[in-house]
Amino acid sequence: MDDIALRAERVSKVFGQSRVLDDVSFELRRGEVLCLAGENGCGKSTLIKILNGVYTPEAGATFSFGNADAVSRITPHDARALGIHVIWQDLALFPHLSVAENIVFDDYVASPFRPLSRRAARHQAREVIERLGVPLDPDTRVEDLSIARRQLVAICRVLRAGARIVFMDEPTASLTRNEVQTLLEITRSLSAQGISIVFVSHRLSEVLAVCQRVTVLRNGTLVGTYSTEGMTQTRLSQLMTGRELTLTPRQAACTGEPVLELRNLSRTGEFEEVSLTLHRGEILGLTGLLGAGRTELAHVLFGMNRPTGGELLKNGKPLTLRSNRDAIRNGIAYVSEDRLHLGLVQNQSINMNTAVTVLDELEKPRGFLSPRRLRELTARWIQRLGTKVSDAELAVSSLSGGNQQRIVLAKWLATQPDVLILDCPTVGVDVGAKAGIFEIIRQLADEGMSIILISDEAGEIWMNSDRVVVLKAGRISRELTPNATTEASLEEIINA
Amino acid sequence: MRRLHLGTEGVLAAIIVALCLVLGVTTDTFLTTQNLFDLLNNQSVNMIFAVGLVVVLIAGGIDISFAVAASVVQYVVMTLLMDHMGGGNWWFGILLSMAVGSLLGLVNAFLIHRFRIVSIIVTIGTFNLYFGLLMVFTGGVSIYDVPDWLYYSVPLIDLPASRGSATLYLPVAVMVVMSLATGFILTRTGFGRAIYGFGSSPEAARRSGVRVGVIHAFAYGWLGLCAGVAGLMQAHIVQEVVPNALIGQELPILAAVVLGGATLGGGRGSVTGALLGVLLLAVVQNGLNLLGVTPYAFRMIVGFIILVAITCSNLDKLLPRRAIPKEARQ
Repeated sequence: MDDIALRAERVSKVFGQSRVLDDVSFELRRGEVLCLAGENGCGKSTLIKILNGVYTPEAGATFSFGNADAVSRITPHDARALGIHVIWQDLALFPHLSVAENIVFDDYVASPFRPLSRRAARHQAREVIERLGVPLDPDTRVEDLSIARRQLVAICRVLRAGARIVFMDEPTASLTRNEVQTLLEITRSLSAQGISIVFVSHRLSEVLAVCQRVTVLRNGTLVGTYSTEGMTQTRLSQLMTGRELTLTPRQAACTGEPVLELRNLSRTGEFEEVSLTLHRGEILGLTGLLGAGRTELAHVLFGMNRPTGGELLKNGKPLTLRSNRDAIRNGIAYVSEDRLHLGLVQNQSINMNTAVTVLDELEKPRGFLSPRRLRELTARWIQRLGTKVSDAELAVSSLSGGNQQRIVLAKWLATQPDVLILDCPTVGVDVGAKAGIFEIIRQLADEGMSIILISDEAGEIWMNSDRVVVLKAGRISRELTPNATTEASLEEIINA
Repeated sequence: MRRLHLGTEGVLAAIIVALCLVLGVTTDTFLTTQNLFDLLNNQSVNMIFAVGLVVVLIAGGIDISFAVAASVVQYVVMTLLMDHMGGGNWWFGILLSMAVGSLLGLVNAFLIHRFRIVSIIVTIGTFNLYFGLLMVFTGGVSIYDVPDWLYYSVPLIDLPASRGSATLYLPVAVMVVMSLATGFILTRTGFGRAIYGFGSSPEAARRSGVRVGVIHAFAYGWLGLCAGVAGLMQAHIVQEVVPNALIGQELPILAAVVLGGATLGGGRGSVTGALLGVLLLAVVQNGLNLLGVTPYAFRMIVGFIILVAITCSNLDKLLPRRAIPKEARQ
C-alpha cells in the first residue's frame, strides 16, 4: 500500500521500572492530518521521540515507510532523510536572527563553510513563505514577532528542510481563536500538498475540526484509532480518560453585594474606561482576544501596574494599590497565566511553594518560621483541593500539570482572598484535570469568593461563568449572561 | 515600536562624530591627523582584543582571562624566540603568538564544554591561574631583550604634520586584518551565523544539529588567537614585556564591547559595534586629556557613559507602551 507514509508496530519503551509505552501501533497515511490524543503522561511524547529518532524503542518494534523495507528503529539521521520533523511547543527558533535566517538555518549547519549571501537566504525564505501563503517579512527579527507568527516561521523552516511528516506538539496552546483558525487552514493546505501531519492538542474542538483520524493513547497503551467523522468531544474525552466526565453549565444567579467596583478604569495603551462590578460569590468570565487587555487589566487589579485613570472600589471604599503586596493585603489574589515560570518556583518543595504567600503569617508571633505550621497548612490545602502528592517535600516540578495548577491555587487561597483572579487557568492542562479545576473554582464561588475567570476558550467561559464581559482592543464590547446565549454565539462575539 | 532604525552601531557612530566635532571646536589639537593617527595607534591593541571578545559574547559566553592570557603569550613567545630560535621574524612571531594564544583559549573552551562550568567562573579561574603562573615563573621580572624586528616600529603611512609628521604604524593594519577576518566569519559564513544562533538559543541550536563543542572551541580559541596577536602588538609598541602590563584591561574592553551592542545574554553584537565601542571610550578619554581634565576623573566619566548608554538601550522596556499592539486590533 503506497498511501501509508509511516507504519510503526509493536512499539514499547521502558524507563527504569515503568513501561511508558506498551505494544503500541501507529499508522499515518500520506497527506492526512492525524491527531495523537491522550492525557498528560499517556506516552504521546515518548512515541513522538521514538518516531523522530530521539529515543530507541525496545526490541521487537518495526517501522516501515511506504514501500521501503521495515527497520527496527529510526535513527535521527533516518528521521531527517525521511523528512520527519517535529515542531516542539517551544518552537526552537533563534529570537535574535531574522525570519529568513531562521528558515535557512539548517543550511548553515549542513555546510558551515560555504560563503553565504543575505540576498540568497532572503530569496529562499521568501519562496517558502509564498508557498505557504503567510504574511511574514523575511527581514523581521523573530523576537519581534507574536507567538503565532513565530509558529509560521517554524513551519516554514521544516517545509524548507523538505518535511514529509510533521509532528506538531500543542501548536495552538498559546494562540488566539483567529490565529488557531489560520493555523488549521495552513495545516489543511499542507496536507493537500501531500505532507502528513500529526497534531497533538488538548483542545478537542480543534482536533475534531482539522483531523481526519484520531489515535488515542491511555497509560502507554493504544486505545484505538478512530475516524473523526461522527466523533464528539464527550466521546473523545471518555476515550482519553477512560471515565465519564459530566459538567453542566453553571446556573447560579448572582445577588451578592458588590465586592470590587471598577469605574472608568484606564491604563494608557492597554485598556480604556473599563467599568464593571464584581459581586460576592460570582464567577465573572473575562474574555476577548489575546492582547485585548485582559491580562493587563488583571495586572492593574492586582496592583502590579498603576492605572492612569478611573477608580477602584473594594467593598464600597476607594482602593489605591501601590504594589501587589497591597493587593494581597486587601484580599485580592492573582493566579498568573504562565504558571510554570511565574506561578511556581519549580525546583522548590511543594511545601514552600504553597506557603510562600503567607510566610509572614507563619512567622508569627516570634519571627521564626514554624515548620510544623507550614506542613499543616500545606497538608490542609492539598487535601482540600484534592491534589495528588506523595511527599510535600519533593520539588513542585515532580507534579503533573494539573496538580501544579492546584498548588498555584492553594498558594493563593492560603492568603484567604475574597477576590480571586484566574488568568487562563487551564492552558496546557488535560481534559480530566480541567474538569477538576473548574469543580474547585465553582465550589469556591459557592462559598462566597468572588472570582474573575480570564480565558479565551469560549466553551469554558460559557460553562463556568455567571456573567461574561468581552474586551475588545482595550474596551468592554459586550456584557452578557451565559443563560441568555449559546456557546457558539459567545464564540462569535469574541471573534467579531 | 522601533523608531528611527539606526541600530546600535549607527547610534554609536553618530555619537562619536558629534563628540569629535565638539572636541574639534573646543580644542585645536583634537582634529589633527597626528592626534587621530595616535588615537588609532594607541587603541589598536584594545580593538584586537575587542573583536575577539565579541565572538565569545555573541556565542553567549564571557571571558575575562584574555588580557592575562596575552601577557602569558608575550612571555612564552619572547622566551621561545630569544632562547631557542635565535630571534625569528615577524611572520614566525605572529604565527607563534596565535598558536599559543588559541591554545590558552582552548583551555577555557575545554573546561566550559567538558565540565559544563559557567564561562565566567572558568575564566575567573584561568585568569588567576594564568596570572599566578606568570608571576611565579617570571618572578615579576620584565623582559627588555626583544628581537630587533619587534623593537623597531614599522611605519605604514607617513604624512607631514604641523609638528614633525603623523604616522600610522603596523598594529593598525593588523587590527584591520583581524577585524575583517572576524567580520567575515561572523557574517559571511554559515558557521558564523550558527554562532549567533547558538548564542540566541543554545537548545534550539543543539536540536538543529549545531555541534556545541565546535562553537565553544572556536569562540574561545579565536579570542585566544586575537589576544595572542594583541599581546605581540602591545610588546611591539612598548618595546618590552612587563608581566602586569595588560592585567586590568579586561573589564574596560568588556564594557566597550557591551557598549557596542553585544549582550551578556548572547546572540547580539558585531565587529563594527565592538570597534566603535572601543573608539567611543578612547575619544572621550583623549578629549578629556586635551581639555586638561584630571586623569582621576576618566574612570568616573567612563563609568557614567557606560551606565547612561546601557540605560538608553533599555528605554524601550522601561517606558510604558504607547499603543495597543497592531495585531490585537485586527
